[in-house]
Amino acid sequence: MPELILDGRPLRVPDGTSVAAALALGGDGCARTSVSGQRRAPLCGMGICQECRVNIDGRRRLACQTLCRDGMHVETRP
Amino acid sequence: MKPCADVIVIGAGIIGAACAQALAARGLRVLVLDAGLHGATAAGMGHLLVLDDNPAELALSKHSLQRWREIAPALPDSCAYRSNGTLWLAANAEEMAVAEHKYQVLRAQGVACELVGGPALRQREPALREGLEGGLLINQDGILYAPATARWMLQANGIEQRQARVSAIEGNQVRLDDGQWLSAEAVVLANGIQATDLCPELPIEPKKGHLLITDRYPGSVTHTLVELGYVTSAHNASGPSTACNIQPRPTGQLFIGASRQFGTTDPAVEGWMLARMLKRATEYMPGLAQLNGIRAWTGFRAASPDGLPLVGRHPRQDGLWLAVGHEGLGVTTAPATADLLVAQLFGETPPLAAEPYLPERFLGVAACA
Repeated sequence: MPELILDGRPLRVPDGTSVAAALALGGDGCARTSVSGQRRAPLCGMGICQECRVNIDGRRRLACQTLCRDGMHVETRP
Repeated sequence: MKPCADVIVIGAGIIGAACAQALAARGLRVLVLDAGLHGATAAGMGHLLVLDDNPAELALSKHSLQRWREIAPALPDSCAYRSNGTLWLAANAEEMAVAEHKYQVLRAQGVACELVGGPALRQREPALREGLEGGLLINQDGILYAPATARWMLQANGIEQRQARVSAIEGNQVRLDDGQWLSAEAVVLANGIQATDLCPELPIEPKKGHLLITDRYPGSVTHTLVELGYVTSAHNASGPSTACNIQPRPTGQLFIGASRQFGTTDPAVEGWMLARMLKRATEYMPGLAQLNGIRAWTGFRAASPDGLPLVGRHPRQDGLWLAVGHEGLGVTTAPATADLLVAQLFGETPPLAAEPYLPERFLGVAACA
């Protein structure tokens, strides 16, 4: 049961949970804010659409292609 | 046949749009027909740059840049116009000599530019690798988002747009896919690589290019970064070639080019070519390898044998005018192309000599001239 930090708040999730699923469980479901200020959420779920770009430990990743790990820092804002 | 407009323009890309806007500004009724095929305007980088491979190219691009600067205050935000300058990068002494030569040529023509030494280069663009020889900054080059700019041009009073594929042209008459014929005082062909479908005699070849855009990384690059190898090798190569071209978009995204391939009309992104292009870009900006690309696509430049567009009367078809063959410079040279075309249509003296771009250099002189 890894525990990650999602926008500063701890979140414990089952093993094998993707970051996209964690966003839905513990946040507003969104991965980022678009250039026009809209919140954007995962769409295709298979690494193609690029909607779920999110900051993980300081690097831009795809939430749907990344599994949660203990101590991971996930930032969806700004 | 009753004319449906004063002028029919075929193609709603940046060239057709600029011509339509200029014709409408003269009070003409213009019908713009477009098949909706997404040509070079939709695919390209929207780089506005002065190029000096030959005097005719310099005259055309320089006049056009001046025209873009005049147009810029009227452009809506969606056109994303910026005058961010082009920084040509010299990797070695040979390329720096090319930069110095370009500097002399451009200065003599009154183009604002400055030579930048190696150490100063990284002060201006810290993301560049160490050890580059230097560069040439063309201060008033710019960028814009061409699809939005073409749409804005086509909103001018006097322009009617219709989505329709033209299947044949006979002088000042065109036949649509549904068999309907339309006529006007003049027809302007401005449909890029599709021009040869309607006029097989035109010497236009598709040159495929790959493009990639990254996620947003604001502030990482300021100027459009282009390697001088672009001049010394890529332009002259006949096989597939790549060159570093890194453009900072106003969103903070980096737009990466450039590649060239002949002899294909397959729009598929080819992994080996994309990889080669990105590898070239990282040789100038190593940190690029750590950034995320979010989209890659291709487009086709309509290339003429001498690299200059065909602008003017079709010498063998009365009433048909050409504005095609702009290769990778269509966005840059759209306003100048429109100026040349309108002046010739009205029998006026154009703002720059029209001869280097006349279609008869390939098609022969008109029998009735």
